[in-house]
Amino acid sequence: MEEQLEKELRFHLDQRESDLIARGYSPAQARREARVALGGPEQVKEKCRDARGTRWAEELLQDTSYALRTFRQKPGFVAVTLLILALGIGATTVMFAVANSVLLRPLPFPEPNRLVTLHGFIKDFGEFWGFSYPDFTDVKSKSRSLKIAGWTYSSGTISAPGAPEHVEGRQISAGLFPILGVVPSCGRGFRLDEDRPGAVPVAIISYDLWQRRFAPDRAVAGKKLIFDDRTFEVVGVAPPGFQLSGEAEVYTPLGQSLDPRMQNREGRFIQVIARLAAGVSLNQAQAELTLISRRLAEQYPKSDAGLGMRIHPLLQELVSDVRGTLWLLVAAIGLVLLLACVNIASLFLTRAISRERELAMRAALGASRSRLVRQCITESAVLGLCGGLLGIAGAAVSVHPFVALWPGNLPRAEAIHIDWRVLCFGVGISLLCGLLFGLTPALRVPMHRLEEALRAGGRSVTGSSRRLHSPFVVSEIALAFVLLVSAGMLGRTLLALSSLNPGFNAHNVLAARFALSPKVLGNPSQIRSAWRDVLDRARRLPDVKFVALADIIPMREGENVMPYRTTPNPLPPNQEPTALGSTVTPDYLKVMGVPLLEGRFFDDHDREESKPVVVVDENLARHVFGRTNVAGQHIWVSAMGGAPIEIVGVVGHVRHWGLAGDDQSPVRDQMYYPFAQVPPQLLHFFSSVMSITVRTRSSPLTIVKALQDQLRGASGDQTLYEVRTMEQLVGASLARQRFLSLLFGIFAGLALVLASIGVYGVLAYLTGQRTSEIGVRMAMGANVRDIMRLVLWHGLKMTIAGVSIGLVAAIGAAQALQHLVEGMQPVNGATFAIMIPLLTLAALFASFVPARRASRVDPVKALRQE
Amino acid sequence: MAALKSDLPQGTLDLLILKAVAVEPVHGYAIAQRLEQVSRGVVQVPEGSLYPALHRLENRGFLAADWKKTETGREAKFYKLTRKGRKQLETEAASWQRLIEAVGLILGMADGGAQ
Repeated sequence: MEEQLEKELRFHLDQRESDLIARGYSPAQARREARVALGGPEQVKEKCRDARGTRWAEELLQDTSYALRTFRQKPGFVAVTLLILALGIGATTVMFAVANSVLLRPLPFPEPNRLVTLHGFIKDFGEFWGFSYPDFTDVKSKSRSLKIAGWTYSSGTISAPGAPEHVEGRQISAGLFPILGVVPSCGRGFRLDEDRPGAVPVAIISYDLWQRRFAPDRAVAGKKLIFDDRTFEVVGVAPPGFQLSGEAEVYTPLGQSLDPRMQNREGRFIQVIARLAAGVSLNQAQAELTLISRRLAEQYPKSDAGLGMRIHPLLQELVSDVRGTLWLLVAAIGLVLLLACVNIASLFLTRAISRERELAMRAALGASRSRLVRQCITESAVLGLCGGLLGIAGAAVSVHPFVALWPGNLPRAEAIHIDWRVLCFGVGISLLCGLLFGLTPALRVPMHRLEEALRAGGRSVTGSSRRLHSPFVVSEIALAFVLLVSAGMLGRTLLALSSLNPGFNAHNVLAARFALSPKVLGNPSQIRSAWRDVLDRARRLPDVKFVALADIIPMREGENVMPYRTTPNPLPPNQEPTALGSTVTPDYLKVMGVPLLEGRFFDDHDREESKPVVVVDENLARHVFGRTNVAGQHIWVSAMGGAPIEIVGVVGHVRHWGLAGDDQSPVRDQMYYPFAQVPPQLLHFFSSVMSITVRTRSSPLTIVKALQDQLRGASGDQTLYEVRTMEQLVGASLARQRFLSLLFGIFAGLALVLASIGVYGVLAYLTGQRTSEIGVRMAMGANVRDIMRLVLWHGLKMTIAGVSIGLVAAIGAAQALQHLVEGMQPVNGATFAIMIPLLTLAALFASFVPARRASRVDPVKALRQE
Repeated sequence: MAALKSDLPQGTLDLLILKAVAVEPVHGYAIAQRLEQVSRGVVQVPEGSLYPALHRLENRGFLAADWKKTETGREAKFYKLTRKGRKQLETEAASWQRLIEAVGLILGMADGGAQ
């Protein structure tokens, strides 16, 4: 290509020459004339190359190799930049990978955006997730715009085939698998005629269970499973990895459920999922649901008056819990990355200023402005990309450990990995960062005043330099301030929440779920004696001080919210106040260490045949009666029959909903009623949800094995599971706040370090530029202290500017935090009072070394530099 | 000869080159000569612009290039018009014609349009 161009132009020149010679010019003259007429051959060639348009690819390669050469000259600078970039981009990519997988990626079902959940809604109570079975079937049959399915939790012991094992299960309606688009890996789903009471018991098992207990048999038809002491025929196997709010091993038809609440229109325990029918929009479905709920309210005023129904996209429902936190973390790490980029940009600017001479020379030799700009940007883009690739590699390694550290349940955690969208994001921000910090030096390319630039040899007027660099430092300080304040707020909140009184003594208490053997669940008296036996056996252990049973445990998942009233006559439905109801045995108070404020707690005299009693907490007492000495008053609870229940005592409030969330919970009243007074027909059901609580003399976990052995029961199939100490549960209730505090603390620390480096770097450079000025000052009589003060004051000015700007942003960030984090306390003066001095000190510390160096300038040498 | 050199806008140069090549394949030097001769010296193409223009036209597919031997035995790059180029020439020539007529009409206005 090049040779051809050369040849072509040579031909032209030769022709022109011979023509001119023919016209009478001398050969030398002719040659010169020809050359002049054509113009500089190099320039012509360059224009031809430009005209061809393929030049840009060659130029890009040229720029890249040039960039790499300059990097090799300054390995330190490059290493630091790459490190900062890799850390920043890597961390941001990890956060985005999590956010992408959990929040952005559609659910792994066909047409997932047409899947919805249904919630109930009562005016003063708010929105809740449960439907009752009669309501569910009515809505299912009446709705034309939705295909509806329901499910609920179950659990039980598998006795055969294989060793007894307690597993989790789900009760699902026949339509659930088809609606989700789930195809069993073997066998079939449930049929409609199996999804009703009294049908032949059938079950679908999980892929895992099938492998464990039935493999290597390919066929599943005809296999029998003994679950919860009943025989089921296995008709299908769920696909591997299928989850319905967690993993379950056994799926049984919802219609066959023996739960006593199945006929109760007020027993709202069923989760409802639906798929929008073809061509139906969300709004249309919502409108239809509103009509249906209104008709139900008219038909069944006792249970459904005032009941509304809301429809939500399924994905939203699953992740609503973590959405705020995830985006918060993405934003925070984004700030750190921005800070890093600003830092690198100011470094680049410094370098660019010192390269002005080189750029000026290239401009003088004919390079166009766009060419030089392109070169600067290529350099920084290459750096950005390299740092980014390192960061992405690091992110790929760190994603899974990070997810493992996430406190509590991260929905869809199993699906988190780096996919193409995350890669694009990573590469995208690397290039963006590169562009960001390449832009400033590129804009300073000297196209005019070339002579000045060439002669000055890299030095430029101090004033303009200071003007350029200050915004960088100021913005770094502002960003660091925002992060510091946020971290401070989180830390303060964590401290405040940790010091809250949970309402009970969490030290040395064990709580575990317990499953009685199905064999003793025959009749109510059998069940009661089985439980009595359990308590006696547990008490016999030497390390055990007190044992009690409870159906719900504070700070653990599980709640039982019940309406109550203070008059015998029923109030209009759904207008009764609600309280958290807990079924316990008499020793519960001693196990948990809840203070008794008034009257008495239960004892063994409160039995089935004695009058019904209840113990309330101080909140309920104050709420209903306005005082705490309410022993002897009566309340009525519909769920426990129509007879008045006497309040025999008042206890202290327990923070059931967690240290962080209890104060904002809508239900803060509590009541306890004796396990001995549970009506016989409900005993079987209650037995499946009771837990054991134990107060031990020494560390609770040491007795677990002994306890399990004691309680194994005659048939050896009674198990303890989900064993926790109360201290673990209390700690877990603050897990998210602790996690956020830790992360924000790390981010703020990084930001502080980066900002300090920024201050140091800029001041060091600027004072280096000002040596002659300092020399003059010293010659005029300034002493060491004056010079130091000069530099320190410069640093302080930038800090003050940064803090002022950061203050506004910090207040905004504080609002966002309060909105997104449970239990967040509003920002107060103390946080600012700590962070402002901290930042200022760091900046002053960073300014110290340049200040010292400036003060050590030898005025004679400095002046001579002129 | 007092040559009135007119500055050519870029589009016009392209048009003239296409026309110059239309008759038969020529090399760059010959194009420059021909343009100068035919316009009687009015149009003097700055040779520095000629070759970039030729390369540009070749890039856009209006010209096709070939290395051939001249009468003197030297090798030169000959350009010829492609079918696309011929169409472009027609289009451009037609718009140029329309432009000339329009300008002429406007200029003739002052004279009372006697032409």
